[in-house]
Amino acid sequence: MNFAATLRIALLALRINKLRSALTMLGIIIGVAAVIVMIAVGNGAQARVEDQIKSLGSNIIMVLSGSMTSGGARGGSGSQPTITEDDAYALNREIDEIQAAAPSLRGSGQVVAGNANWSTVFYGTSPEYLQVRDWAVIEGRSFEQAEINGAGKVALIGQTVALNLFGEANPVDQVVRINKVPLTIIGVLDRKGQNMMGQDQDDIILMPISTARKRVLGSSRYAAGRNVGSIMVKTKDGANMAEAETHMRELLRQRHRLQNAQDDDFYVRNLSEILQAQEASSKVMSLLLAAVASVSLLVGGIGIMNIMLVSVTERTREIGLRMAVGARARDILTQFLVEAVTLSLIGGAIGILLGVGGATAIAEFAGWRTELSAGSIVLAAGFAGAIGIFFGYYPARKASRLLPIEALRYE
Amino acid sequence: MSAPLIRVEGLAKDYVMGSNVVPALRGVTLDIAAGEFVAVMGPSGSGKSTFMNLLGCLDHPSAGRYWLGGQEVSALSGDELAAVRNRKLGFVFQHFNLLARTSALDNVALPLLYGNVPAAERHPRAERRLIQIGLAERMDHHPAQLSGGQQQRVAIARALVNDPQLVLADEPTGALDSRTSVEIMALLQQLNREGITIVLVTHEHDIADFAGRIISFRDGKVVEDRSNAPKDAAAQL
Repeated sequence: MNFAATLRIALLALRINKLRSALTMLGIIIGVAAVIVMIAVGNGAQARVEDQIKSLGSNIIMVLSGSMTSGGARGGSGSQPTITEDDAYALNREIDEIQAAAPSLRGSGQVVAGNANWSTVFYGTSPEYLQVRDWAVIEGRSFEQAEINGAGKVALIGQTVALNLFGEANPVDQVVRINKVPLTIIGVLDRKGQNMMGQDQDDIILMPISTARKRVLGSSRYAAGRNVGSIMVKTKDGANMAEAETHMRELLRQRHRLQNAQDDDFYVRNLSEILQAQEASSKVMSLLLAAVASVSLLVGGIGIMNIMLVSVTERTREIGLRMAVGARARDILTQFLVEAVTLSLIGGAIGILLGVGGATAIAEFAGWRTELSAGSIVLAAGFAGAIGIFFGYYPARKASRLLPIEALRYE
Repeated sequence: MSAPLIRVEGLAKDYVMGSNVVPALRGVTLDIAAGEFVAVMGPSGSGKSTFMNLLGCLDHPSAGRYWLGGQEVSALSGDELAAVRNRKLGFVFQHFNLLARTSALDNVALPLLYGNVPAAERHPRAERRLIQIGLAERMDHHPAQLSGGQQQRVAIARALVNDPQLVLADEPTGALDSRTSVEIMALLQQLNREGITIVLVTHEHDIADFAGRIISFRDGKVVEDRSNAPKDAAAQL
């Protein structure tokens, strides 16, 4: 007996009990759709985290000023300015694993351009900052060394600031004033979007660190000396970040002349690690979701087995007749197996359509990011087929083992 | 004389019911020649149905041997018996056993499906048989759309479609009214005249009277085996 004939018999048998076939498929449909949607949601969450890692820049380590204890009260990080611009340059120079280190002085204020104004944050930094953050200047140019050394009255602005101050006009060569200091805009930064805290990273102005210190910050405590709020470090690709951290710590302790017994007067934070932990947890989450969804696939498979057993019992006489006219045990086995697999594959196909539709709908209406992958669809389809074979085998074998004479006599 | 179509020697069948062994057939020895029309009679429990099932290769004998067309079939495996049923035997049942929601044509072609007959030949062969038994107009009808007599004709066409050496009919008129029964018997007689060997089980003497030989069973044994001058069913219509 050939496969086309077997398939035709299976389709006929499924058509005869339309409602029952549909209800049996429902388990598989829901299971497959759930697996696809859950994997899409999980992948979407992961992709979002990956994008955040990318927007932060990869392999980032932050060095922050330490805390100060005065009269028993311990201040928070940065309460005591301990790290300096020169620490940043030393890190750059002396540690092999480091690709770039940028000092930064943070401030905020009202920016005025013509009759428009906007409140934003600004950073005084060095050109390495752009390298550390993988940030491109899309219009104009970056800082020149002379401007860094000489407290040049220049600035780079983010997209949000550009939009709020200049609208559609080109901001390059325009002049803005921050704390009454006029700065010429020499370039516009590429769009970064939100960071992982939901802050707008494009709402920013960068200027040479000397400019910030000497001209803009004015009376701020950081304005004196060489202190900076933080140093942002990017390690080389493939460098061991833990080793890089250790070396940085050793160098900074040495520069700050700390004794062995003394605690660090700075903090080293590996931001990529935090994000990677997030990524790992979102991976676990999506695995968990897929596992829960596959439970419903399993239940759907049990439904198929149940209905196939009922079907075998109901059609005992038909089986007896087929055997009487020459069907071998393996013909009967194949017939019922094909019926079960057809049931699960049709269910799987409908489930895939529903799953793809569901993932699209979630992205559309709930605004979650979802990512459909061909792999998950192939996986779900393969799983559905495997379930048909696994749960169809027992009933089919039961049918094939009937004795022709008993099957014919069955009432 | 050539070898008989059917030869059974000491054929016996026991059924095990719990710890009891119930003998249904206690050693039957007989020959049936090609071209015979045999009626097997007996009350219920006489062993006639068991005998039929063994002749039909639907069951294994507990003892004894059975040759069909010179081939010993009592020693064959399940799959080999399926092949024998498919190529050498045709079955007609009391309750027709047609597949529901399947056209008469597809019902008749069913044995060809399992005989690996090429798809292109199946329908023409089934059509020929349906025309032969007088249902040319009803080929696309489902069993539910046919009368009892018509359904049994479809079943007979199905029994004939693989050109069997032997047709086994188990109470073929048991579910039919008397006039339709005679029609079916007329059809079987006609097929027998065309050379098909028929073994028929019945408990009605009227029906057995249409056969050329009557074998009676009682308590698992043959108690009578006589030739009969058959009545002509066609003449009664």
